[in-house]
Amino acid sequence: MNAVIIEKTGKDYGGNTVLDGVSLNIPEGKCLALIGHNGAGKTTLMKLMLGLIHPTHGRVEVLGVNPAAGGKALRQKLGFLPENVAFHDELTGEGTLAFYARLKGVEPEQSSRLLERVGLTNAASRRVKTYSKGMRQRLGLAQALLGEPKLLLLDEPTTGLDPLLRQEFFQIIRELTAAGTTVVLSSHILTELEARTDLTAILRDGRLAAFGDLDTLRRQAELQVTVRVRGDAPAIARKLNGAFHKTVGADHAFIDIDCLPSQKMALLRTLSGFGDLCSDLDVRPPSLDDLYLYYCGHALSSTDKLEAHHD
Amino acid sequence: MTSMFILAAKEFRDGLRNRWVVGATLLLAALAFALAFLGSSPVGLLDVSPLAVTVVSISSLTIFLVPLIALLLGYDSIVGEAERGCLLLLLTYPVSRLEIILGKFLGHAAILAVATLVGYGAAGVASAWTGSADTESLRAFAGLLFSSVLLGLAFLALATLVSVAVSERSTAAGIAVGLWLLFVIVYDLALMGMLVASKGGIGADIFPNLLLLNPADAYRLFNLTAFENVRKISGMGGLSAAAQFPPSVLLAVLLAWIVLPLAAAIAIFNRREA
Repeated sequence: MNAVIIEKTGKDYGGNTVLDGVSLNIPEGKCLALIGHNGAGKTTLMKLMLGLIHPTHGRVEVLGVNPAAGGKALRQKLGFLPENVAFHDELTGEGTLAFYARLKGVEPEQSSRLLERVGLTNAASRRVKTYSKGMRQRLGLAQALLGEPKLLLLDEPTTGLDPLLRQEFFQIIRELTAAGTTVVLSSHILTELEARTDLTAILRDGRLAAFGDLDTLRRQAELQVTVRVRGDAPAIARKLNGAFHKTVGADHAFIDIDCLPSQKMALLRTLSGFGDLCSDLDVRPPSLDDLYLYYCGHALSSTDKLEAHHD
Repeated sequence: MTSMFILAAKEFRDGLRNRWVVGATLLLAALAFALAFLGSSPVGLLDVSPLAVTVVSISSLTIFLVPLIALLLGYDSIVGEAERGCLLLLLTYPVSRLEIILGKFLGHAAILAVATLVGYGAAGVASAWTGSADTESLRAFAGLLFSSVLLGLAFLALATLVSVAVSERSTAAGIAVGLWLLFVIVYDLALMGMLVASKGGIGADIFPNLLLLNPADAYRLFNLTAFENVRKISGMGGLSAAAQFPPSVLLAVLLAWIVLPLAAAIAIFNRREA
């Protein structure tokens, strides 16, 4: 059973095509990551799922109904955390959540449980204007979880969260999907999600550039593995003699050799035949950033890539 | 409908928290007290009830002040939420757009009604206490309170329409001030100018009807002509019969100025995409 069905969907805003021919299904209880640059259409796709806007082309179905016509019954089953969530600054965290709980017809005990779940119990009686970005984000998550939604849409939920909070955040997401909630979250940083989603959809200029689980995306991308060898770099380069793309590092202390995953073992065997020329080696598989850049069409040279690794 | 009252209650509480209620009530009360006591001194021994004089002076004050308060209160209601980013979230809740508009309107209406009734009511009670208050004057004063709230709601409905129709707060604020100038000051000046320029040639038939197109004028006519003892001192006694509209017509005009902008606001809001 699919919680969300998106069929050849497009959206134009006054002549500008923001979304074009996007088709994807999200099975119930799965977590989908929507990845793309700012302006790639992530938020537009979420708004379509929420029924806030109508598709110009195609069809969107959420929990079995058209969200733009779904009305209150559907929205009762949705949870949403907008990008840069805003609350009334003068209300306390408790008061804010109580207001949204009333609107959703949820009993007040649930909102205090949720405050505890997101770790805001101690700050509950403080005004929202004293909250840090991370605390607002957590209050936003608590708000989205009101009424035990069947579908949870989170727009850039991990921005402003430190690594520890991000771990807790994904823990909550795991518990939710285990209980059958479907989760859609967006990010422009694939690494931030640390491969903890079931499915990944990469949007590029309003089109779906890739869709599937990460292993599938990796296989399809056929990204090169980088082998960094320490030792006599110029000699190694000479011996390999144009067989691979090579970059000699500073001071000739190391050499980076790019190869396809299928050629990796052959390369390693060749290198071990070089004897003392090689003193050490490192194999670096393509990172999530490389994968993202591949699908978004900005491949970096291998030196940039290695610098990115050091960060 | 529950959602509507939740939203209305929140608006009202926000109004209490950010001192809108207290501020507007004190302002109206202070000015009404000043008019009630300073304004009644020149009455002397004439056969006029001080309360009736208060009705005339307070209604003149109301025409300037209450529309301004209503416009300032309402222009922000939708566009402000949209700009802060709260509206997007609200629209994903099981609340209809009709309920959002009506809920916010009701909340603001309650703020306005409390300020008007408490502010003016206190001055009226004080005025009746110190002078002699006949039933006719009391009825005129009750009419003043009621119509002042209606006038406020009419401008609140206009402000809501502005708030839904534009996409930036600053634009909404500008239009709100523009509406105030138009209805409260420019409209009457333009009508007067027209009469003078044509030396009274045009407008003998149209002129009174044109007054009905402005909620502020309908309010003024209602308060100055609806009650006999007020009419006596308001200078409206000699008004031509053509300008004599029954109070019910004048109240209906005010009501239309509440319902029509609000209906337009709901229609626009229902159609727009978030």
